[in-house]
Amino acid sequence: MESLHSIFVAPFADMVAAPDFFLQVVWEGLVSGVLYALIALGFVLIFKSSRIFNFAQGIMVVFAALTLVGLHERGVPALLAVPLTLAVMFFLAVAIERVVLRPLVNQPDIILFMATIGVTLFLIGLGETIFGGENKVMITSQLGIPTGSWVLEPFGGFVSIEQKDLTAVVGAVLLVIALLVFLNKSKMGRAIRALGDDHQAALSVGISLSTIWVIVWFISGIIALATGIVWGARAGVSFALEVIALKALPVLMLGGLESVTGAIVGGLAIGVLEKVFEIYWGQPLLGGNTEAWFAYMLALLVLLVRPQGLFGEKIIERV
Amino acid sequence: MNPTTAPLADTAEPILSVNNIEVIYDHVILVLKGVSLSVPRGGITAILGANGAGKTTTLKAISNLLHAERGEVTKGSIVFDGAQVQSLSPNQLVRSGCIQVMEGRHCFGHLSVEDNLMTGAFTRKDGAAAIRDDLELVYQYFPRLRERRTSQAGYTSGGEQQMTAIGRALMSRPKMILLDEPSMGLAPQLVEEIFEIVKKLNDEQGVSFLLAEQNTNVALRYAKYGYILESGRVVLDGEAKALRENDDVKEFYLGVGGEGRKSFRDVKHYKRRKRWLA
Repeated sequence: MESLHSIFVAPFADMVAAPDFFLQVVWEGLVSGVLYALIALGFVLIFKSSRIFNFAQGIMVVFAALTLVGLHERGVPALLAVPLTLAVMFFLAVAIERVVLRPLVNQPDIILFMATIGVTLFLIGLGETIFGGENKVMITSQLGIPTGSWVLEPFGGFVSIEQKDLTAVVGAVLLVIALLVFLNKSKMGRAIRALGDDHQAALSVGISLSTIWVIVWFISGIIALATGIVWGARAGVSFALEVIALKALPVLMLGGLESVTGAIVGGLAIGVLEKVFEIYWGQPLLGGNTEAWFAYMLALLVLLVRPQGLFGEKIIERV
Repeated sequence: MNPTTAPLADTAEPILSVNNIEVIYDHVILVLKGVSLSVPRGGITAILGANGAGKTTTLKAISNLLHAERGEVTKGSIVFDGAQVQSLSPNQLVRSGCIQVMEGRHCFGHLSVEDNLMTGAFTRKDGAAAIRDDLELVYQYFPRLRERRTSQAGYTSGGEQQMTAIGRALMSRPKMILLDEPSMGLAPQLVEEIFEIVKKLNDEQGVSFLLAEQNTNVALRYAKYGYILESGRVVLDGEAKALRENDDVKEFYLGVGGEGRKSFRDVKHYKRRKRWLA
């Protein structure tokens, strides 16, 4: 009786009793959710257009952030370092297409997956060689990202919102909108979607695989840089960042590997739910640190009910 | 029209000539054993034959889609519009005016019909206005697609998907379309409708067609010339009219027997001998 009460009643009573604190928890969750969503988006784009599960997405985040900070350390002005980093990411996309994807075209999926693990190891080595392995501080203020915080006072309590978090959310929303417009309205976007539907047919109408692949890898490079800046501003730039990319896996299972909407909704949902679960159930009942596994449990439950994910593409089958 | 140019056009070099090509899959499986054929400018030519005869492989060898299936042309040459094309990528080939409509239609299921058509214009560089005009043209030839323009292609009927696939190819402004089994899985009336449109496109837009068909009857009514393929070789070719009246073609492909009934044993013997001779 006592334990049932502490699981099913007490947490909700707490939420109602201190709504301002609840809002704060949800906001914190939402911000990490945005990051999960961004990383998942990088996965989704590459998976949709080439059926490759890109294990290197996490290290691309680290590599982009490292390049940005490293360039700035070497005396490049922050606002010039951003386009330079983008140029590096573009070069990386071209190199991956030439060296890894093109020779392996038509190989089984697992071989391409292994190749992305190879890319991961290579980027770790390259990053450490050029920029060193120690932690770095993200050049937040130099990039013009505000660092103060606002205090709101809903329900007579207070909620503090860091301006850099808000910038991150707004930036991510803009990035996603731009991406959706690109995918749905432009010729290249249409070609990317077509390629995701039917490889052979895309080839037959003259869609050039190599062009599309470079574009798609470059876009996920841009997303990686955005993620790197935001995450770096919160936690510093280190190779440990790569691990957060693994959080994208449950997001993908939740949202479906092929759905842009799924990546966004899944990311936000996991971010918020794991935070709320940690504060109201994890810490009082389970001794805390539930964030490490909550997302995976949630994904497992979703997989049991809906193996294609909540937003997985409907398989159109005519009989 | 200058009357002297008309006969000249007939004798001019063909838009497509395939010379003695050999195709090997996976480095070991020999599928085409020296196929030669040609398509005159503005012609409709049919490749006929049973399952596994090599029709699709021939088309894919021309459109360079073999590479995606680990096949390659090991001998012979393919000349399209005056240039060797074996080493071009599908992208470059579409650019130069030759596009394939694949067997089984292969529409982009999650894209709308109109988006499907627009993907056909991927290789074009002549501006949005020209592409819009061509979209209008496609809708004129296939009014049904205009009605379904916003539906996801995966949910349209087989006939509409075939029309989408042909319309999509048209959007690349091709000189020539390689059409693989347009009749597959369609009701006879729809097959007729599709072939009528092919004929119209040929007459009005001057698009040359090379089509692979199992439906010999329909194909020989619309094509001007035909090649019959059997296990990777051309065994017979000729004007469509002559083929229609050829006794062997009647017997094996059109299903109309020759003089009277034969005993089953004779038929078997006769067919076996014929195949060996071929």
